[in-house]
Amino acid sequence: MSLTLTFLIGVLFASGTYLVLQRTMTRIIIGVGVLANGVNFLILAAGSRQGSAPIVGVEGEPTDPVPQALILTAIVIGFAVTAFLAALAWRLHGIEGSDVVEDDVEDRRNDRIRSVTDDTSGAPDHEDVRE
Amino acid sequence: MLGAALNVVVRRPVAQRLVSFAVLTTSLAVAVATLIETISGDDVVASRLGGWPSNIAITLVADRLSAVMTVIALSVSAVVLLYAVGQRGVDKTSPVYHPVYLVLVAGISQAFYAGDLFNMFVAFELLLMASYVLMTLEARDEQVRSGATYVVLNVIESAVFLSALGLVFAATGTVSMAELPERLAALPDGVRTGINLLLLVAFGMKAAVFPLYFWLPDAYPAAPSSVTAVLAGLLTKVGAYAILRTETLLFPGGQSNLIMVIAGVTMIVGVVGAISHRNVKRILSFHIVSQIGYIVMGIGLATEAAIAATVFSLVHHILVKTSLFLVGGIVEHVTGESSFDKVGGMVHRSGFLGVLFLVPALSLAGLPPFSGFLAKFLLIREGLDEARWWLVGAAAVAGILTLVSMTQIWVGIFWGEVKPAVEPHVRGVLRQVPLMSTATIAIVIATLLVAAFAGPIHDFSMSAARVLLDPSIYIEAVRGS
Repeated sequence: MSLTLTFLIGVLFASGTYLVLQRTMTRIIIGVGVLANGVNFLILAAGSRQGSAPIVGVEGEPTDPVPQALILTAIVIGFAVTAFLAALAWRLHGIEGSDVVEDDVEDRRNDRIRSVTDDTSGAPDHEDVRE
Repeated sequence: MLGAALNVVVRRPVAQRLVSFAVLTTSLAVAVATLIETISGDDVVASRLGGWPSNIAITLVADRLSAVMTVIALSVSAVVLLYAVGQRGVDKTSPVYHPVYLVLVAGISQAFYAGDLFNMFVAFELLLMASYVLMTLEARDEQVRSGATYVVLNVIESAVFLSALGLVFAATGTVSMAELPERLAALPDGVRTGINLLLLVAFGMKAAVFPLYFWLPDAYPAAPSSVTAVLAGLLTKVGAYAILRTETLLFPGGQSNLIMVIAGVTMIVGVVGAISHRNVKRILSFHIVSQIGYIVMGIGLATEAAIAATVFSLVHHILVKTSLFLVGGIVEHVTGESSFDKVGGMVHRSGFLGVLFLVPALSLAGLPPFSGFLAKFLLIREGLDEARWWLVGAAAVAGILTLVSMTQIWVGIFWGEVKPAVEPHVRGVLRQVPLMSTATIAIVIATLLVAAFAGPIHDFSMSAARVLLDPSIYIEAVRGS
């Protein structure tokens, strides 16, 4: 397990997290991909040692096949989720015209209440889930 | 899973429904058989796929907890499917609903039976994927918005879980839950605590404990009500089950202050959030968070009686929460709204619907003689025995506030003048939606049965707790089979 790999994992996690916290769906999707890659590298770096392919008959000491299996499964799952997120982002684009993730319904309501300065009745608007 | 594949091929709605129900009832029969086996036969029933030795095999393990959770999950899923069929919504218009629903149930069952962490990870991904699809199926605006948040958050949770998995494997060389307790105990303290915390974060995000619960009240109200019912009733419980498993099997260490603090704060935060809203679905979503706090409280106390109370609470809460969401769904279906300002006077339109709401609502609030009272009583008594006054105080306060919130819903939706106004000759509410009503009545009766049979269920919970707190039973069963 080399220092470069460890450093790479750190960079991937950091940039993945940063991207996921963005506003635009496109960046979020890329961030998800980067984060997933970071995790897969983590499994690889932490779990297996260098060696030859884990096939019977190959010379040299074989690596442990279990982390490779874990990583493969994780890659496939990540791919499926990314595809779904992309479809969702496409639909969001169709609805909103841009792919910016909107604030939570509650935050929007609170912003609206705060901006209404001459509302003396004291009763806030009640628009919850259905807007 | 087979049913899901079949349902993808079969496109006509009637045939899809047949397949779904057939598959669910068959699986339920198997699950009940497994449950009976764990009660009367061995304490733990284990099966290693392929016969490989236990540290590399994929194991399916059923102890009393897994078995009872699966039985309840399958029966609730079947009943909610009945409700969804009655709703005549997406289940008819989209050929994808039934297969995806079955995949969801498959994932839930697999998560309960998983004998190693990676199997559990795959099961989580399965049910998460299905829940993403179900939640956004109608593709309404709010669904897509909330769905995006839900998906991204769960992706993060999966990343955390997978990282924890990778680290566990790196540290111990196995992910099998039977082999892990010994190997984890051999690790240095810091590493073990770190892994424990990482897993807690991952499962806590799923179970919606504080401070990882924020996604829940945002995402759940947007889905169609049958989907919300099944997600609310089951998915968070899978997370709670995972926490219970890790804390009893993988890291047996007795009481945990951290978990108790989390539980206490979750209880209060959830119910305070519930009181401040006026939309039924959102209120109920906050209550999920609060009740998960109770469940985690039992895990934190970690005595045999506390774990038994946790098991009992899990059973009680799945049924009660699902029934509440189903009632809310009926109101929404009939009137088209679910906010206090727009709906009112339901009890004048249908007294029976009011009863159907009152029973689980009072049970949730913890009033005798309902199951909620017993669950909370067990937890609070154990808290008192362990002299955790602040935790008991939090539980009591949360209970009172839950009652306040339920009263709010009652006054807001069921009392008062009838809104939106209806013609006098309109038929009774429940007769308009016969299948939905039948499903709701079934689950409400189930909650009453839990209260009625509380004695045997409590005994069952005590024996489940005994098995949970003694990891060697689990380990030997998996190794020996």
